[in-house]
Amino acid sequence: MKKILSEIGLGEYIFIVLFGLALVISQAFNFSFVSPIARNFWMFFAEMVTFLPLMFILIGIIDVWFPKEKVEGHIGKGSGFKGALWMILLAMLQAGPLYGAFPVTYLLWKKGCSIRNIFIYLGAFSTMKLPMLTFEIGFLGLKFSLLRTLFTLPIFIVISVIMEKHLQKKQFEVKQP
Amino acid sequence: MIFLIIVTVSVVIVSFFLDREKTFTGLKKGLRMFVDILPELLNILILVSVVLYLIPQSVLIRWLGRDSGVTGISIAALTGSISLIPGFIAYPLAAILLKNGVSYGVLAVFITTLMMVGIVTLPLEAKYYGLKTALLRNGLSFLGALIIGILVGVFM
Repeated sequence: MKKILSEIGLGEYIFIVLFGLALVISQAFNFSFVSPIARNFWMFFAEMVTFLPLMFILIGIIDVWFPKEKVEGHIGKGSGFKGALWMILLAMLQAGPLYGAFPVTYLLWKKGCSIRNIFIYLGAFSTMKLPMLTFEIGFLGLKFSLLRTLFTLPIFIVISVIMEKHLQKKQFEVKQP
Repeated sequence: MIFLIIVTVSVVIVSFFLDREKTFTGLKKGLRMFVDILPELLNILILVSVVLYLIPQSVLIRWLGRDSGVTGISIAALTGSISLIPGFIAYPLAAILLKNGVSYGVLAVFITTLMMVGIVTLPLEAKYYGLKTALLRNGLSFLGALIIGILVGVFM
């Protein structure tokens, strides 16, 4: 049964289908506890369905207009302030979870990226990706997003400097598992 | 909301006049991403609907509201560090919790630890950088995330 479900790609919808069934059944039997849950769900759902497509369209358009390749050309050039700035820019244009950034840092390391800039990349990747900022502004407001970014930037730079200071004397390398 | 509509519509129009093909690629990409996260999003919405029904708002406010103090921050920091939720899901979730009385400070700690600390992915991270380095990065990030979250909470 499980196999058939996953084959037609229904696996991830199973919870949703069960929820729908539960709503129908409880409607028929008049279970009073279900209606507030259903009300909650519809309220959240209505908001998400209007909000999200707009945001994803915005993210899609941003994605096609900011060519990552151009930024990638600057990586490895100089490890000072400028190098760090390019790392942050490159990270901001990415999407996806943090573990998706690990293989990228391996490539950056091979290209001669400094230890500090590797961790700056990880810091910016985890906290300043443009698609994430779009969502953050949309759902928690511009003030929240600005404040968080403002405090986050110096903190992940400090973390990167500490990491570099600590790892310089050791034989640090980024490995490809 | 109106702001978002205005921004999105104007960006699409400008992009369309500059380059039609690119615009269509972008639109397709965006809508594709939306369809991809839809099942996960619906699952979370169901879960939240049930959980918010089971936990009365007064309890939620006591544990995670404005005056929840160290308790609220600790709960947020722990769940944020352990869970592996993509931002596309985490922000809508945060918005719902905010409306139900959870404070900005608690949400900021949750969001920052969620983004910067990854206990579940620690073994994978260790394979790339070594265990000690991965532990150090996560440890420092945890402290950093706490500071950021608390500061955002103070200034919101």
